[in-house]
Amino acid sequence: MKKFQLGEFEEIVILTVGILYKEAYGVSIKKEIETRLSRNVSVGALQTALKRLEDKGYIKSFDGESTEERAGRPRKYFQITALGKKAIEYKKSTRESLYRAIPKIALKANMIGV
Amino acid sequence: MSTKVSPPQAFLRFFRWFCDRSLHPYVEGDLIELFRERVERYGKRKADLLFIVDVLFLFRPGIIRPLFMNQTTTPMGIYENYIKIGWRNLLRNKGYSMINIGGLAAGMSVAILIGLWIYDELSFNKYHENYDRIAQVYRMETWDGVREANTAQTTGLGTLLRNEYGSHFDRVTMVRARTEERVISSIEKKFTETGFFIQAEGPAMLSLRMKYGSPDGLKDMNSILLSSTVAKKLFGDTDPVGQSISMDAKWDLRVAGVYQDIPKNSDFHDASYFATLDRYLDGWASLNAWDNYHMYVYVQLKEGADFETITSIIKDCTLPHLNEEHTQTNPEIFLHPMKKWHLYSEWENGFETTSNKLMTVWYYGAIGVFVLLLACINFMNLSTARSEKRAKEVGIRKSIGSLRRQLVQQFYGESFMVSFLAFVIAIASVQLGLPWFNEISDKNISIPIAEPKFWLSGFAFVLVTGLLAGSYPALYLSSFSPARVLKGAFKPGRGGATPRRVLVVVQFSVSILLTIGTIIVYQQLEFAKNRPVGYDRQSLIGLRAASPEFHGKYDVLRNELKNTGAVVDMAEANYSITDIRGWNPGFSWGEKKYEPAFNTIFVSYDYGKTIGWEFIEGRDFSREFASDTAGIVINESAAEIFGIKKPVGEFLKWAPGGTDRGTFKILGVVKDMVKGSPYEPTHPSVIFLSRYDMQWLYVRLNPGVGTHDALRKVERVFATLVPSAPFDYTFADEDYAAKFEEEERIGKLAALFSALAIIISCLGLLGLAAFTVEQRTKEIGIRKVLGATAASLWRMLSREFIILVTIACFIAVPLGCYLMNAWLQQFIYRLPLGWEVFAISCVGGILITIITVSFQAMKAAATNPVSSLRSE
Repeated sequence: MKKFQLGEFEEIVILTVGILYKEAYGVSIKKEIETRLSRNVSVGALQTALKRLEDKGYIKSFDGESTEERAGRPRKYFQITALGKKAIEYKKSTRESLYRAIPKIALKANMIGV
Repeated sequence: MSTKVSPPQAFLRFFRWFCDRSLHPYVEGDLIELFRERVERYGKRKADLLFIVDVLFLFRPGIIRPLFMNQTTTPMGIYENYIKIGWRNLLRNKGYSMINIGGLAAGMSVAILIGLWIYDELSFNKYHENYDRIAQVYRMETWDGVREANTAQTTGLGTLLRNEYGSHFDRVTMVRARTEERVISSIEKKFTETGFFIQAEGPAMLSLRMKYGSPDGLKDMNSILLSSTVAKKLFGDTDPVGQSISMDAKWDLRVAGVYQDIPKNSDFHDASYFATLDRYLDGWASLNAWDNYHMYVYVQLKEGADFETITSIIKDCTLPHLNEEHTQTNPEIFLHPMKKWHLYSEWENGFETTSNKLMTVWYYGAIGVFVLLLACINFMNLSTARSEKRAKEVGIRKSIGSLRRQLVQQFYGESFMVSFLAFVIAIASVQLGLPWFNEISDKNISIPIAEPKFWLSGFAFVLVTGLLAGSYPALYLSSFSPARVLKGAFKPGRGGATPRRVLVVVQFSVSILLTIGTIIVYQQLEFAKNRPVGYDRQSLIGLRAASPEFHGKYDVLRNELKNTGAVVDMAEANYSITDIRGWNPGFSWGEKKYEPAFNTIFVSYDYGKTIGWEFIEGRDFSREFASDTAGIVINESAAEIFGIKKPVGEFLKWAPGGTDRGTFKILGVVKDMVKGSPYEPTHPSVIFLSRYDMQWLYVRLNPGVGTHDALRKVERVFATLVPSAPFDYTFADEDYAAKFEEEERIGKLAALFSALAIIISCLGLLGLAAFTVEQRTKEIGIRKVLGATAASLWRMLSREFIILVTIACFIAVPLGCYLMNAWLQQFIYRLPLGWEVFAISCVGGILITIITVSFQAMKAAATNPVSSLRSE
């Protein structure tokens, strides 16, 4: 069932938005992901993902203050919406149910194989 | 501080250019924040590089702005609103809209029709692919001190041009001057057809579009090309190439090809066949004769050559071949390019003059512009008159913040909308009316639907009309001051009154002018039609005795015809009665020699009785006097030139070109016969008796027998005695009527256009009157309550319009007098201009105005004042 569409990178972004809570905006999200997952995130990829999430209604945005270090450009803060919350919960529960359905032996066998 | 370091400007600008407007500030903020951090951490170089990478990664769908949406959203909404409001306005005032759009559509239809007609005139002969390079060879000569342009040439000239000057031309071809009427027959069918006798290169020069066979088919003397219509009549849908047909029952010709009918707007459109010139000459004339002017010579220049240069080369080429008498006329050869044939082929004393056809193009063009102008005037008038209703809207729009420019836009937009609607209606009505228009204008015009040029000019036309019609309301309405309009202190009706009056005057001046023109054209036509013609046209039929079978059957035929009881008499002549061919000089009376040429006709004994000559003096030819074979009958004009007091019984010598033809006794003098143009003076004629070379046969039917029966009986006689000749008769009165075609066409078109002009003007007047009445509803109510009579109210409401139309009359009458006088000058036999026409036109104009206005005025005068005063 494709109730909630959420790509891998989108999932990471929406979770990070949640982690940062009221401090989630472009640069902070990028840094958070980079430090936590130690992977490089380009501004383009991040912005596209944020736009898609917003279009899907999983996050919402509001204008923040404009600061000198940004040459007077405002920040755009993001927050998870109720729908977004449902989406990540759904994602998490499907992953877990799948994980739990794996027989123990399979994991062990895999280990041996490795 | 860090403000000094800035990211690479080129990329920043690039980013700003492509980024979605809604994302742009935030993302740019992010980029700059990151950039500054990186500058501090890694230094400027690396930060720049990373910035560039970031920007490039941002160039992806989802970030790039959509192509169109963003730029146009804002104005779109207001345009939508304009259209909506404009449409609602049209719907709310259905009556006015109908008058507006209908009037404009009528004006446009006229303009489109005239435009198409002019286009057709200007594109005459373009059917021929070598259009740009074909010329006809003309000759300028001085006769009696007058320089004349002639088209008829000798065969010698054609041959000379081909042999000596051939290097200048791609093709040279000679054609028998004028079309020839011949009887063409297959085994079972026969028809009289007109066509050309042409040299072998002709069809290729004229780029005939062949259906069967090749245009080079005329190489063999006994071959013929047929138009597809004739081929179909003779052979049905089969390929007739190689079939044989006979011409005038004396020549057997082989069909060498069939060409598509040549369209009407070509000078060769009446060619039903092309036969060979050699066949026509048939050995009796050589291809190198210099004394017989019976050829047209056409040349096709080499690519890139120009007509003037070649003209200067061949100008004097005929001189060595002419006798002294002829060289004294100072003949000069020149080339007349095909593109000038139709509209620029008139000369006066050696100089090109504006031809009648070109004048007609100008006249119609002017009429088209005027009628369109009338329609635009209507539109302007009604829009300004209605402006009071829109004034509040303008006030509100202005106070909400509309700029004047925007309002101008809005009203132009509306007028474009209306003119576009009118254009659509006009196109539809032109499409419907074209067959009818083609019939009266003798054209074959269609709307060039596939032609982008037509649509382009159509839309340009809508634009211009929209601008013309919308200017006044757009500029005037948008100038209203919002405060005054909304307070209600504004009376726009007054503001536009003077220009509106001027426009009404212009409109009616044009209408009355057109009416005057139409009436005069028709009167001139009637005048010429009622001219005494010197013979009796009624129940006289003529046919071409174009078969050798007629030879020696004159008496048998005549007796048989008379025996049927349906025929009064029959006669023959060498030329048609509606033709002025046959000119010969060389008459003398005693010592007195007569310079000018006379129209010489050869007829049989019974000619006078058959056509109904009216004798002034003397008598007709008679079989009872054997000496009558050396007798002549002259007409009044000739008698006048001869100047003999008692012509009857005198003897005239005739020696045309020096060869003595004998002495002739004048038997009688008849009234002039109008044979040529009914507008020209008649020609002096000398009529001889002859038995040979008779081309035309005339039969006077017995008026006591029904025409239908009589014709059947005549046909039966012809079928038994001359079976090879088709019974293709024409009625003399119909032939005569055909001479009026051109003027009748002008008359009909003028009538059509002026009727439309009057209708358009009246529509406008109706709208204006309705508006005035509506504006004064309350005033009328109060007047009625106070005791005004219906008559006085009617007078009050109609007065202004009647004054305006009277002013228009004063403008139109002198103008019409001047213009129509100029038009009448082209006719020698013309109507004296009387005051009646002008009086009738003016009274008519005023009457129509009164009727139009009264309709509204009476309605207003009859309304119950209670209902008009109770509102509000």
